[in-house]
Parts: sequence; C-alpha cells; structure tokens
Amino acid sequence: MNAPTLPKLDPKDFKSDVKPIWCPGCGDFGVLAALTRASAQVGRPPEEIAVVSGIGCSSRLPAYTSAYGFHGVHGRALPFAIGLKSARPDIEVIAVGGDGDGYSIGGNHFLHACRRNVDLVYIVMDNHVYGMTKGQPSPTTEPDWICNIAPAGTGLHPLNPMTLAVAAGANFIARGFTGDPNGLARLIVEAIAWPGFAFIEVLSPCVTFRPEQKDWKHAVHAGPAEPLSDRARAAAVLLSDDGFGTGIFFKGERSRAHPLPAASRTMDDIERRFAL
Amino acid sequence: MSRSTVAIALAGSGGAGVMTIGSMLLEAAARSGYYGLFSRLSGPQVRGGEAAALLRIGTVAVESQPDYYDALVAIDWGHVERFATEIPLQATSLIVGDPRMGEPPEAMLASGATLWKLPFSEQAATVRGGRPNMVALGVVSALLGLDPDELERVVVAKIGAKGEAIIEASRAALRAGRSLPLPDGGALALASPADPKPRWLISGNEAAAVGALRGGIRFVAGYPITPATEVVEWLAPVLPELGGTLLQAEDELAAVGMAVGASYGGVPAMTVTSGPGLSLMVETLGLAIAAEMPLVLIDVMRGGPSTGIPTKSEQSDLNLAIYGTHGDAPRLVLAPVSIADTLATTQWSVELAEALQVPAIVLSDQGMGQTRSVIDAPALHDSPDSRLRAGPLEPDSYRRYAITDSGISPMTAPGDAHGQWIGDGLTHNERGTPSSAAKDHHAQLAKRLRKLESHDFGARWAEVEGDGEVAVITWGSTVGPTREAIARLVASGHRLRHVAIRLLAPLQREALAAALRGVRRVIVVEVNQAGQLAQYLRATGAIPVPVESHARPGPLPLRPRELVETLSRWCSQ
Repeated sequence: MNAPTLPKLDPKDFKSDVKPIWCPGCGDFGVLAALTRASAQVGRPPEEIAVVSGIGCSSRLPAYTSAYGFHGVHGRALPFAIGLKSARPDIEVIAVGGDGDGYSIGGNHFLHACRRNVDLVYIVMDNHVYGMTKGQPSPTTEPDWICNIAPAGTGLHPLNPMTLAVAAGANFIARGFTGDPNGLARLIVEAIAWPGFAFIEVLSPCVTFRPEQKDWKHAVHAGPAEPLSDRARAAAVLLSDDGFGTGIFFKGERSRAHPLPAASRTMDDIERRFAL
Repeated sequence: MSRSTVAIALAGSGGAGVMTIGSMLLEAAARSGYYGLFSRLSGPQVRGGEAAALLRIGTVAVESQPDYYDALVAIDWGHVERFATEIPLQATSLIVGDPRMGEPPEAMLASGATLWKLPFSEQAATVRGGRPNMVALGVVSALLGLDPDELERVVVAKIGAKGEAIIEASRAALRAGRSLPLPDGGALALASPADPKPRWLISGNEAAAVGALRGGIRFVAGYPITPATEVVEWLAPVLPELGGTLLQAEDELAAVGMAVGASYGGVPAMTVTSGPGLSLMVETLGLAIAAEMPLVLIDVMRGGPSTGIPTKSEQSDLNLAIYGTHGDAPRLVLAPVSIADTLATTQWSVELAEALQVPAIVLSDQGMGQTRSVIDAPALHDSPDSRLRAGPLEPDSYRRYAITDSGISPMTAPGDAHGQWIGDGLTHNERGTPSSAAKDHHAQLAKRLRKLESHDFGARWAEVEGDGEVAVITWGSTVGPTREAIARLVASGHRLRHVAIRLLAPLQREALAAALRGVRRVIVVEVNQAGQLAQYLRATGAIPVPVESHARPGPLPLRPRELVETLSRWCSQ
C-alpha cells in the first residue's frame, strides 16, 4: 500500500461538499471523520475507494465522501459490496449502514457475508433505533425500551452482532465508538489491512430518539488488550461482554478470497462442445 | 412412405433409463443429419418416479412440440398414465410395450392407437448384462430407419467411461432390439435428411449462457431455482476460464444486488432466475432502473403464481417483467423467438442493457430452456463494449446523470480519476446528489424514458412473416407452434401474417402498426390465463383493429393443431 510517489493525502480529500442530513450531535459524524482519516492514512486516492450502503440515517454516508459509492436499497449493501469487490478486487470496498439495515432487513446478507469472507470492511453504526422513520426498535434495542410501536417494550432478546459474526466466520471483529474518531480510524485502518471480511460494530448515539445514549461516553471502556484468534474463546468473551468495550476482539486466520483468474480459454473453444 | 417428422415418447419408471436412450437417439439422429427436439418429463419426485423422454425428429428445423406422438414406447408402465395429457396419441399412433410389464394405461389406449407388444426384458435377458432400455433403443432406431453404425458410435461415446463389458452388453442389446420384427410397413421411417449443414445440439438454457458470454457478461450471480439453475451451473466452470466470476448468492435479493454491484464496477453483469426469484428481485430492479445500471436478468418462466409448477412451462411473468416495481420505471423486456434465437436475443440484451444503462429482462421459459434442440450452427461474434464510458475528466466536472438529448450520459467506473459518483435509488440531480425537487424528478424521469423511447432498435424488434388480412401475434415459446400452424394453413391456400415480437418493452408501436397495415383481424397467442400480451397491446393502442386473444394457461405446451382450426375459420370469415 505504500506509494511514496503519491502526494500525501489529507482527510479532507475524502470529504464531499454535500451537507449531511444528520441531526447536530449525531454519532454518525464521528464515523465520517474516522473514515476520512483512515482513508488518508491508508494512502489510496478517493477514486480507488467505494463506499456502499443501504437505507437509513447512517446509510447516507457515501454521498458525504469523495469516493465512489452506492446508496442502494434497504438492507442490501453487502450483496452490492460483494459483487463489486468480486468483480473489481483492485478497489477498496467499504460497506456502511445502521443496525436496522444490517441486522434486521439485511440480517441474512450479514450472516452470509461473514461466511463468504470477501475482502471488504463492514461498518455498522449501531444506535439501537430506527432513526429515519423516527424511533422504532431495532434488533439491538433493549427489550424494555418504550416507543410508539412498542408501548410496553418489545420484550425481544437483543441481537449480539459480534457473537453472530464470530460464529458465522467473519475474519476481523472490532468495536468502536464515535466519541473517539481517532481510535475508530485506527480500527478501520487495521480492518482494511486484514484479509477477508472485517466487521466493525460502532456505538453511534442517536441524540434525537435515544438521547440517553449521550451517556455512552461514560460507559465506553478499553476492550481486550490483544485480539483473540480462537473463535470459541472470542465467542465466550463477546457473550459475556457488557457491550461497551472497544478495540479488536478477533482476528481470524482465514485467507483472502482467490483473486480473479486470468482468461485461459476462448469462446470458440468453449462452444466446441455444442458442435455435432 | 417416409416422413419429414416423427414424434416419439419413451417412458418408464425412474431408473429405467429412458432419458439416457432419449439423448442417445437425438444425438444419433442429429449426427445422421436430422434436426430435433428432446424434452424431459418427470413426476414431482426429486429422484425416481415416472419419467418420459419426448422427442421430435425431422428433416428440417423443429421448433414446436408435435400435435400427437407417433409412438409411445414404454420400458414399463409404472405411473406412465400420469403423462396421458402430455403425451397425446391418436388412432394412427403406435403404443409399444413389453407384455411382461403389464397392460398400457386405459387413458392411452383410449386414443385408438395400435398396441404392439415386444418382449424388451426377455430380449435383454438373452444378452449378458443387457438392459431393456437399450433393446427399446434398438427397436426405435429401426422404426425410424436410423443408421445403426451412427447409433453405435453415439452409444459407445456416451458410455465409454463405464468400461468395455458395459459397452459390449449395450451393443448386443441394441442389436437384439434391431432384430425384433417391425410392424407392417415400417410406418415411422424418416425421409433422408438434406445435406447436413454445420449444426449444434444445445438447450435454450445453454444458448442463453453462450449469448450472455458473447455479449460480454463476465459476472454472474444466481440462486438455485428450477428451471433456471442449469444456466448458472453451465456458467460456473466457464466464467473463470474467461477471467470472470460467478457467485451463488444466499437468496435472489442478494443475487441481483451482487450483479448490480459488479456492474457498478464496470463489468457487464447478469443474474438468472425463474418467477419466484423475479418477484424478489423486483426491489433491486427498481434501484437499477433509477440508478441507471446496466444489468441482464434472465427469467426462465414456469407455472405461477407463487411456487406454481416449477418443472413446467407458462408465459405468465410478462406483466411482472413489464410493470414490476413501484414508480415509473421503464426497462427492456425481450423474449427469444426460438431455442436457437435464445443465444442471439440474450447477446442483444447484453448490448442493449450496456448501451442504454438499464436492466434488460430476458423472458425464456421451461419449455425453451430445458429442451435440447438441434439447430444450425449460429453465426458468432463477440459484442463490442457498448457502454458509453467517460473519457479523461477534469476535477469537479463529472455529472453522472447529465441531461443529454439521447438520455444517455457517460459512465465512469471505480478507478477512473475525477469520475466519482454515488449511485442512488433516491431521486437525484445531474450529479447524482439526492434531491426531492420537482424539476430534478421530472428531468431524470424524462431522461430515463427518453433513452428507451428514442433508441433505434432497428428491425430486430420482431420477426414479421407472411401477408394477408389476418395477423397472429406471438412471443417466446408460442412462436414455433404458431409458425407450424400457419405453414399448414398457407399450404392449404390461406394467407396469414405472423408477427413474433422479440422486443416486448419498449414496445415498437410504429413498427408494429406498420407490420399490421391492412389487417382485418389480429389475434394474440400466448400461454397464460389473462392474455397478458393482448392486454398490453390493447393498452398501448398500437394495433389498428380490436385485439383478440387466444390465451390459455400452461403447463401443457401449445400445439399447432390448437390454432389451425381457429385460424382457418378466421381466414374464411
């Protein structure tokens, strides 16, 4: 990745002039800041990066970068990212989105992206709420959180996405916090460098519908000193985790998916089987 | 008297080997210079159950299932009666069965067909390791007058890997079958074929795959679904050999999403499915239309709605293909007019999707996709890259959705400097930035419609044949049987026009009106309940006279005789 001939890149080189629709104080600003810092540090120009998303507040992020990207349909960022990366392994593909997009409507794609282990980074901005539709519970919402659609709380068991990721085969699993964009940028740089599917769960407070999440800055603490490479141990740590430890929890040893093959035959040759 | 076509059904329980001998028979006939079709019929069981190989062999290209089968040859009678409606027989037909395996079903004897009892199993027992299906193959090849040497060569080539003992047993069983006495007259002998031209033996599903590759497709994602799976399975080992990629997705939502992602990367991309999968893909179809992404989507139609009849054909996805998705979402919809044409139409679909930056849906069906056909070797070429790619760009100058006269704007792909854009399903402005302004919404909707409406599709939109004041309009798998019905009527002095529409959307209204100039009556022939094409043509007002509909649901294929009577009445009225 070292390209000494390139001019040094600055985080602002990765920002667009489109003004975010996010509420003032939204955690997602921290992810945008971290992503642009990480991109500058990685040193690839914006045209070699693609930021891909689904639908939701956080999924608006691609337009705020100067990279290539796609803001597609709800829940389908990962299939798009996998198709793009498989067809263009030379491009750095980063999928982003929220907890509703990634864990609910896109939950199946999340599982299979972990299994498939295509070399990309997936950043989920988790605020335990649907913000764009104004305050409904998501798969990570606490069971007793009260809102219009669930006046007595959902009573549903919150999803533990990191445990799910470790069981399904993700090769890199980390948690970040938007209140610490520098720390998050370091996680993104490491995720890009690590082969295979890298998943970063980001605590990203929704100041509008979950104002109590402003207190997350007090709850967050340093996670494991060293990432684990054993899935069973990592799963045990993640299952007993309080949900606020930040850092890299798991680095797997799965290798990068195979690069694109070079063409070895011609159509004339392939079609010969049909000739009588 | 020798015949120009013969239709044979080979039936038996699963494991009796009727598919094996069916494919050997077609290949031997093909290598002897004949044309033909071979379709498989099986019960709903995943494995085993009743099975039938349906063959039609002729001296000229065969594009239709027959009116009746000339012979039904059964190794045993298992549950073959379940195929009574799919293997129509008449009084001149022959039923050939082994008396040891019981009596033929009443439903089949009721046709008045002649029963001819032959001891397949007894004859097979005279050969060490001999099997009744090979005896039956010997009988059928003798009935048709096929060259025994050609047949033996095919048999040896097909089972060669199983070893010398099995080859010898098969050969001996084949000869034992040929030595059985034929019924009087040898009524099924085929006329000699014309000097054979170079030909291919290929299924519609394989032809779609070849057409896609010739068109430039280098990324395919799919999810297993009958009857489309073979397209993806055929491509799986081939795409890497061409430097491409194939992924099996976790569902159809993902399959189409992966294809759009690859297309965004600048690589022509395709997904393949059947009706239930197309229903799921409609979401991303709308995205691809809004974001102007080239994409090819093949739908090998089956009986619907819902799970319907997975293994049998119907043309009932037309409405979904033309109208599916919310919002105003123009797209390309094409249908091959024959198995042979599946190659060229799929290739054209790739070219159009790339050139017009829009999804192209190719409507094939189970009958076309899973039938193997002997076709004239196609003229082949690789399509040029028809995507309008942006040249070198100045910083901050690129507008992905620039309003142009043609409606087409140059595209960049990741890696192109200063070409960054964000694809979006949100209404956007010329740069691609989300906008809910009325002027952007109107301008972008108009652009997307204009690029399809103003494109010159040339003469390939349809096959227009014949003249006369009565016109028949068909699409897809109804083209072949309709052609055959019309040929018979023309031979008996009638005049008919036939318009087989290849480009269903955007409908070429002016060209269609021109093709129908002077007609008195128009009838639309299709295999679905509602008459979906007829309704669409009525709605567009492109037809100068009232549109009449000859529509019925599947799963039975359209046969020429269904049309001959109706059309002949029309011609004389």
